[in-house]
Amino acid sequence: MMSGWETVIGLEIHAQLATSSKIFSGASTAYGAEPNTQACAVDLGLPGVLPVLNVEAVKMAIKFGVAIGAEIGKRSVFDRKNYFYPDSPKGYQISQLDLPIVGVGSINIQLEQGETKVIGVTRAHLEEDAGKSLHEEFAAHTGIDLNRAGTPLLEIVSDPDMRSAKEAVAYARKIHTLVRYLEICDGNMQEGSFRCDANVSVRPKGQGELGTRAELKNINSFRFLERAINYEVERQIELIEDGGRVVQETRLYDSDKHETRSMRSKEEANDYRYFPDPDLLPVLVSDEEIEAIRQTLPELPEQKCHRYINELGLSDYNADLLTSSREVADYFEQALAFAPGLSNLLVNWILGELSGALNKSDLDIQSSPISAEMLTHMLQRIADNTISGKIAKEVFEAMWLGEGTADEIIESRGLKQITDTGAIELLIDQVISANPNQVAEFQAGKEKMLGFFVGQIMKQSKGKANPGQVNQLLLDKLKSL
Amino acid sequence: MTTTIKQLQQGLAEKQFSSVEITQDYLNKINQHNTDINCFISVTDELALQQAVVADIALAKGTGSVLTGIPIAHKDIFCTDGVKTSCASKMLDNFIAPYNATVIEKFNRSGTVMLGKTNMDEFAMGSSNENSYYGSVANPWDFSRVPGGSSGGSAAAVAARLAPGATGTDTGGSIRQPAALCGITGIKPTYGRVSRYGIVAFGSSLEQAGPFAHTAEDCALLLQSMSGFDPRDSTSVDQPVPNFSDNLNNDIAGLKIGLPKEFFADGLNPDVAKVIESAIAEFRKLGAEIVDISLPNMGLSIPVYYVVAPAECSSNLSRMDGVRFGHQCENPVDLEDLYKRSRSEGFGEEVKRRIMIGTYALSAGYYDAYYLKAQQLRRLIKQDYVKAFEQVDVILCPTTPEIAFKRGEKIGDPVSMYLQDIYTLSLNLAGLPGMSIPAGFSQSMPVGLQLIGNYFEESRILNAAHKFQQATDWHLQVPEVK
Repeated sequence: MMSGWETVIGLEIHAQLATSSKIFSGASTAYGAEPNTQACAVDLGLPGVLPVLNVEAVKMAIKFGVAIGAEIGKRSVFDRKNYFYPDSPKGYQISQLDLPIVGVGSINIQLEQGETKVIGVTRAHLEEDAGKSLHEEFAAHTGIDLNRAGTPLLEIVSDPDMRSAKEAVAYARKIHTLVRYLEICDGNMQEGSFRCDANVSVRPKGQGELGTRAELKNINSFRFLERAINYEVERQIELIEDGGRVVQETRLYDSDKHETRSMRSKEEANDYRYFPDPDLLPVLVSDEEIEAIRQTLPELPEQKCHRYINELGLSDYNADLLTSSREVADYFEQALAFAPGLSNLLVNWILGELSGALNKSDLDIQSSPISAEMLTHMLQRIADNTISGKIAKEVFEAMWLGEGTADEIIESRGLKQITDTGAIELLIDQVISANPNQVAEFQAGKEKMLGFFVGQIMKQSKGKANPGQVNQLLLDKLKSL
Repeated sequence: MTTTIKQLQQGLAEKQFSSVEITQDYLNKINQHNTDINCFISVTDELALQQAVVADIALAKGTGSVLTGIPIAHKDIFCTDGVKTSCASKMLDNFIAPYNATVIEKFNRSGTVMLGKTNMDEFAMGSSNENSYYGSVANPWDFSRVPGGSSGGSAAAVAARLAPGATGTDTGGSIRQPAALCGITGIKPTYGRVSRYGIVAFGSSLEQAGPFAHTAEDCALLLQSMSGFDPRDSTSVDQPVPNFSDNLNNDIAGLKIGLPKEFFADGLNPDVAKVIESAIAEFRKLGAEIVDISLPNMGLSIPVYYVVAPAECSSNLSRMDGVRFGHQCENPVDLEDLYKRSRSEGFGEEVKRRIMIGTYALSAGYYDAYYLKAQQLRRLIKQDYVKAFEQVDVILCPTTPEIAFKRGEKIGDPVSMYLQDIYTLSLNLAGLPGMSIPAGFSQSMPVGLQLIGNYFEESRILNAAHKFQQATDWHLQVPEVK
C-alpha cells in the first residue's frame, strides 16, 4: 500500500434471518425453489394486500442486539423506501429509517499483532429483501423471480472504524460467526444469505475529515471482500495522486476480472421519499421481553474462547480456531464430554486430521462420517497404549471410510500395540543377531545407531510395538552385551 | 316504495319470497336502470343467482344468518375472487384478484348475495363520481346532478332501489357525502373497526369500509357483518364488537349533542342550514340536550388531508407499474418507458394530480414542511375531538355544505371539489366514526345530516339515527326513477 494514506472502511452487512416464513407474509423463505413459487399475493404486491409483521424476525434482531450489547429500540418504526424497480413489487421497500430495532453496539476484533480493537456498530434494522432480476436467462428480456422478495433481512451498519481490508474481513467474520452462533442466519454467502457492502475511502494520514467514499457491492466471500477493498483503495489513491477526484458512487466488484467498476447510475440522485408505513404499527418492546430473549442467548464465541483458554488450558490460537464456528465448537464439546481429560489431544485431531479430511471432501463438520464419540474412543485407545499415534492415523482413515469403530478396526486389522516385554525382547534379539556390524559400530561409540535398531524393530512389528518400551528394552540389551 | 333489509329478512324468514326471487327482482331493476344511472361497473347476475340458490337452501334448513339471502352491491374497490376489481381505473380494467377482501369474505359467510360491483371515483379519489374510467354516475333524484363520491355508484344504487344495501369505503367522506347527496343512510366506522385487507389502498391511515342502506337499522345489520379484528390487517383493532342492533331503540332523552360552531359558519348553504336546524329541533323533541361546542382547528383539515392522503396514495399506487398486473403500454422500449407510459395511460387526471402532490410532499427538503407538519396538525385536530367528547356524547353537523351539484360543474376546479368534504375529512384524520342520515330536502334534493361518535361508539350514533328515523320519514322518500 502506498504510504502517506489512511484507509477508512465501514461495512453494511445484510444477514437474511432464518425465519421459516417471510417478514410480512406467510410464504416460505426456503432457498432454491422454482421461480415465483414461493411468492404469495403479499409478496407479489397485488392490490389490496397488507403486510403483517413476523414476530420471529423481531426476536432474532433483538437477539443480535443483545449479543453485541446494543441499545434495543423500545419503539421501532417501519418506513417505506420508495423506488421503482421490477424486483421491488410494491414500488417501495419496507425498511426502518429513524427508529431501528437495534441501536448503538460494538464488536471486538483481534488484530494480527494479537491486540483487540473495538468496532462500533451504528445500528441494525429490519427490512425486506427484494426479488431477483434474471438478466441472462431470457434473450432481450429480464426475468423476475420474487421468491426472495419479503425475506427478512437484518442490515447491520458499522461505524467507519476499520483501517484495512484485513480489519474489515476480521469484523465481517466476527459478525458471521456471531449470527450463526445465535442461529439467526445460516451465513451462506454463496446463496446470498450473508452479504457485505463496503464503504471505502482514503485520506492523507493525519487528516481528520473523511474522504469521499465508494460503496462496493456484489461481494460474496471474505476473500473477495479483502481483494475488492484492496483494489478499491489502490484505485482511489492512484486517482487522487494523478490529480483526480473520487466520486461518491456504487461500484460492483467483479471477481473474475478482479476489479470494481461503476454501476451505471440510472437515477442520479435517488430520493427515496421515506415515510412511516401506515399499514404497520410501531413495534413496542418491553424490558421483560428483552430480558427473556437475553436468557435464550447461547454461550457466545468470545466467552467460549476465554473458557477454553482459562479452564481447558488451550492456546489462544487453538481456542480461537475452535470457536470460530459454532459447529466445530459443538463437536469439540461433545467429544470432550466422553473423555474430559483429553482436551489437547482432541484439539490436535479436530484441527488437524479431521479438518483436513473434511476440507478434502468438502464436508461440514455436522456431516463428518466420524462422530465426536467415535473420534474420542479412538483417542482413548492412544491414551491407554492400545495403539500408537501413528497407527491411529490408519484407524482414522478406516473409520472415515466407514469400516467401523476404532475398536472394531483395531481388532479386524490386528493393529493392537505389542506391549508384552517378552515379545518385544524376542524382536530385539532377532534384530541384534541379524546386524552384528551395526552392533559393533554402536559399541564403538556411534550412538546414532540406536535409531537404526528402533526402526528395524518397529518394521519387524509392523509398527505395532510400543515405541517407548522398544527404546528402553533395546538400550538395556545393547548395554548388557 | 322502500323495502328495507329488515323487511326482506322478515319476508325470507316467513317464506313470502325466496332469495332467488328478490335477487332476480333487483337484477331486473339494475338491468332496467343501470344504463341511465351507470352505478354498476359489473353486474354479476350468474354469481348472484347461484349465491341466492345456496342461500335459499340454507334458509330452508334453518342454518342461515340474519343476512342470508339478502342481495347487496359492493364498491369496485373490494377485491373479489374471480370477479373484476377495477377501482374504476383503466389501470385495473383487466384485474381479477385471486382472493376476496376480508369484508367480502365476511359477507359471503353471512350468506349475502352479490349483485355486482359499483362505480366509483377512480381509486376512491373524488367527491362526484366523475373521475371514473367507466363514466360518471347520475344522482337518482336528478340525473343532471352528481351522486357524490367516491362511493357514488353504491349510494346511487341504493337510492334508486337497485339494491337494498351496499358497501363503500370512506377516506375523507366517501360514504357519508354520497349518502347525503343521494338521500340514504351510510356509516363510516372507527378506524380499525373493519379490516382493510383486500381493499385497494388509497389513504391507508384514513380509510375505513362501511355500509349504505335506507335505515340506521339496516346499517347496523350490515356493519355487524363487516366488523371485527382481522389478523391480516395490522391496523384492525382487536377488541370485541358490540351488537349494533341491541341499543337502537334506547331512549335518547338526555343525550348530549354538540354543535360545532365551525361547521355552521360561512360556506354552509342557508337552505341546507335550515334543514339541519329543523332536524336539530327534532332531536330536541326526542329529549336530546343540544350544546354549542367548538372544534377550533377544523380549518386545518383540508390542507392537512390534502398532504396526508396524497402522500400515502403516491406510495400505495406505486405497485401499479404495468409489470405484474394491470394496464401495460404497447411495445415498451425500455423499463423507464414501460413505467412512464403504463402509468400515464392507466391513471386518470385526478389520480395523477394526487400522486404528484404526494410525491412532492414526501420529497427530500419538503418532508418536514409538509408531511411531518401535517402529521403534527393532525394530532391537534384529533385533540379537538377528544376534548369535545369530554363534554358531549355525539356531535351533529351537516354532512355537506350544499346539495348535490350539477355534473360537470366542479370537475375543472379541484379546490372547490375538495371543499365538498369540509365537514367529513376531519373524522378520517381523527379516526372517528360518523354517519350521514337523510334530514330533509332543499330544491327537491336530499340533505344529509352527520352524526359523529366517540371512538368505537358506533352504537351510540346508530341509536340516535334510528330514533330520528322512527320520528321522521325523510329516509323513506323515493326518487322517481324513470
